Amino acid sequence: MVVGLTHYLVVGAILFTLGLYSVLTRRNAISILMGVELILNGANINYVAFSHFSSGNVEGQIYAVFVIMLAAAEAAIGLAIVLAIFQIFHTIDVAAAETLKE
Amino acid sequence: MEFATVIFYLIAAVTIGSAAMVAFSRNIIYSAFSLLGTFAGVAAIYVFLGADFVAAVQVLIYVGGILVLILFAVMLTHRIADVQITNRAVGRIPALVVVGVFLSLLVQIIRETPWQKAKEIVYAPTTSRIGDLFLENYLLPFELASLVLLAALIGAAVLSRKELKE
Repeated sequence: MVVGLTHYLVVGAILFTLGLYSVLTRRNAISILMGVELILNGANINYVAFSHFSSGNVEGQIYAVFVIMLAAAEAAIGLAIVLAIFQIFHTIDVAAAETLKE
Repeated sequence: MEFATVIFYLIAAVTIGSAAMVAFSRNIIYSAFSLLGTFAGVAAIYVFLGADFVAAVQVLIYVGGILVLILFAVMLTHRIADVQITNRAVGRIPALVVVGVFLSLLVQIIRETPWQKAKEIVYAPTTSRIGDLFLENYLLPFELASLVLLAALIGAAVLSRKELKE
């Protein structure tokens, strides 16, 4: 069986669902961010796979680069917020950090 | 089976296995290090798809940047010695059911949709074409991206500095 578009889409879908599971079940803020990274990677595989198999041009790859850039910005901001929460609450359990001020 | 097919299944197994480790591991250090396998596997999948520039960007930014950032955050926020389960999870069973149904739905859709096929599948260097598109059709999003990165830079610096208490 030749490896085709559906194989890549299924890999992307599995990554997406694993990320979704992470986001749904984790109580640790950093783990939730890791789940978001998995989701973004799954979506990126779809972009690049469609750009390779369906459209034949590189525009899908450009979107993938934009997604990677946004993921970097999201990780920087998200982890800075996590560190700030840790300094105030001394835990990063998202259930513990339910007030907006100290 | 062809050699390339075997390699693809190997890479897919590494990617999905380490992603599962990220999602299911009870120790956050294992989760964070498994992310390395996922990111590297996704980069290899990009290579399979003929996306050389995106693969390089993936290695540089995800493995070199985001992963290191996540590891730093894990190390800075955990007293690793005195906690057994560092990566608590709640509602595993309902989440598994929801995610399983969702995955089977997605796979069904993927298998049954008649996707558009390109006329021919080419393996050509993409970097120059991506650069051209960035400075022609996608110039405005490109500039906006630099603005977003600047805002993220300033925001991260503001958020993570220590407040000076008078």
